[in-house]
Amino acid sequence: MAGKTMFNKIWDSHIVDDPEGEPTLLYVDLHLVHEVTSPQAFEGLRLANRKVRRPDLTIATVDHNVPTTDRDKPIDDPISKQQVDTLAENVEEFDITFYGVHSPEQGIVHVIGPQQGYTQPGKIIVCGDSHTATHGAFGAMAIPLGTSQVEHVLATQCLLQEKPKTMEIRINGELPNGVSAKDVILGIIGKIGVDGGTGYAIEYTGDVIKNLPMEGRMTICNMSIEAGARVGMVAPDETTFEWLKGRPQVPQGDDFEQITKEWALLASDSDAEYDKVVEIDATELEPYITWGTNPGQVLSVKDSIPDPESFDNAEEKESAERALEYMALEPETPLVEIEVDRVFIGSCTNSRITDLRDAAEIIKGYKVSPKVNAMVVPGSTLVKWQAEKEGLDQIFIDSGFEWREAGCSMCLGMNPDILEPHERCASTSNRNFEGRQGKDGRTHLVSPQMAAAAAIEGHFVDVRDWKLNN
Amino acid sequence: MDSFDNHKGIVTPLDRSNVDTDQIIPAEYLKRVERTGFGPFLFNDWRKLPNGKPDPDFVLNQSFYDIGTILVARRNFGSGSSREHAVWALMNHGFKAIVASSFAEIFHKNSFENGLVPVILPDEHISTILDRAAAQPGYQLFIDLNNCEVSDDHGLHVPFVLHQDPSTHDFRRNTLLNGLDSIGLTLQQETKIDAYEKNVRHD
Ligand code: SF4
Repeated sequence: MAGKTMFNKIWDSHIVDDPEGEPTLLYVDLHLVHEVTSPQAFEGLRLANRKVRRPDLTIATVDHNVPTTDRDKPIDDPISKQQVDTLAENVEEFDITFYGVHSPEQGIVHVIGPQQGYTQPGKIIVCGDSHTATHGAFGAMAIPLGTSQVEHVLATQCLLQEKPKTMEIRINGELPNGVSAKDVILGIIGKIGVDGGTGYAIEYTGDVIKNLPMEGRMTICNMSIEAGARVGMVAPDETTFEWLKGRPQVPQGDDFEQITKEWALLASDSDAEYDKVVEIDATELEPYITWGTNPGQVLSVKDSIPDPESFDNAEEKESAERALEYMALEPETPLVEIEVDRVFIGSCTNSRITDLRDAAEIIKGYKVSPKVNAMVVPGSTLVKWQAEKEGLDQIFIDSGFEWREAGCSMCLGMNPDILEPHERCASTSNRNFEGRQGKDGRTHLVSPQMAAAAAIEGHFVDVRDWKLNN
Repeated sequence: MDSFDNHKGIVTPLDRSNVDTDQIIPAEYLKRVERTGFGPFLFNDWRKLPNGKPDPDFVLNQSFYDIGTILVARRNFGSGSSREHAVWALMNHGFKAIVASSFAEIFHKNSFENGLVPVILPDEHISTILDRAAAQPGYQLFIDLNNCEVSDDHGLHVPFVLHQDPSTHDFRRNTLLNGLDSIGLTLQQETKIDAYEKNVRHD
């Protein structure tokens, strides 16, 4: 019999009930809650007179709506404030651990789960947010939910789930200079398409993944949903254990030694079979930029805007035409000639300490182009403090970047950080959908290095040619 | 959750693929703490011209399509954010079913949870329906959920699936037909959950 994939090991060890012809009932080890997708779920519990089954396995924070400046003042927008206040009331009523806006542990839910060590290998982790797969970087099975399922997990600590198929994406070789984890995942989405992963749980493997730090693995798993997959994961290894060691929620001392032995067994067996395998040669990867209005509309920095006529498929052609109209771009324009008005470094994809270090290295000794408004929004308050300890904030501020408080910020434009209509942004976030960063705003997804360089030059540049000024 | 048996309704054709949930309901309108009141903001940004006036070319601004109860689009409908608000907005507006050649997974799940019927048809039939709806405003489809068939008055009569996974297809159909409360169902398994916590987790 063939060996087992990591996905199947975790799946099998969480089965509570598996009736024929029905979805499987799985036990959830950790439920992360935020203010946008939870109010209706708590209300549902109240109406049905139900309790939270395991408040001890549930943690909450505020991230989507919170302001990134002037935290001492009340939130201006009354409806945002209501959502944030509603969560504060709900966690009180249902007795859930809460990292509120003034807590040092506050931050984007997918940044603070790992940071506090709640995210651990082998767990089933859920959250009412599509980027939950981020936690899969630790060898967890992390599944995004809608609000009804949030309510289901709150009430039962279980999830009803059809079993997805498994896909291995193996990235062989070594990453070329200037090509980051963000480029790996943008390259993958460009290759398999925005629904290439639909119905699959992806496991990322290969030398590139083994050599990446945890932050890079999180960046890759994070954007699994942009390829259509709800689950993205990486086998836990020494890098994982080292990263987790000493974090507040992780067992300490001998218990840690013991648990790492169990975690090490989670990796897929060498003879495990996947339903589908995609191989990628890392040496062919380049820095990428999205040119359209979905993450699959992506090209190498060396390329030019495609001519919609060049697509043979009528649907793709039409979608390219629409995208170019929305993005106000002409076919054949070299991507490096596209000028930007705004630069956003942040979001659950690229707001961790290594992302900030990578961006700071590029901009050190340079000034942001006078035409550009650039900002950095760290993923959590602790990331912010760490960066300040390392002096990164000063590098950003000296170059002319705004240095903000932690949150989702301009990734989705629910707080005041939004693009003005027709502004063009180089963004390290994960979605370039129409209006994602503000109505009629134009988003190009890039790595932190590429965003940083674009801020300095005022247009995209190939970061492989960048001269450091340190 | 209301139950759904069969439904005859006017088609609203949305001839696009990869319709993402940021379009269905933009982030700005997600701040309500209720499940209702999202209907007016459905496709808010697509409905409006840059000057804020309604875009007469957008289907939901055309009175004969705006009254539709069956939205028809192409592949990967509902991609992007997990916001269930997208399903609520569609239902608040009056849609009972979405017909597409494929659905993004989280949206698909959210539809079942709320009783919005996700009808999956092959591309060729989607094209036929979109063409007919574009040619004749008021064009209607008949969705028979018991038998999982879609038909119209012009000879279209085809089977559909609700879920790509054939092993749970009937289960999903019955959930829609009976309007079952999945939390209530799971709570019937409480002894198994207790046993899992005790024997496997050692809590
Ligand atoms: S940073 Fe963006 S993608 Fe990530 S959780 Fe926040 S809004 Fe969602």
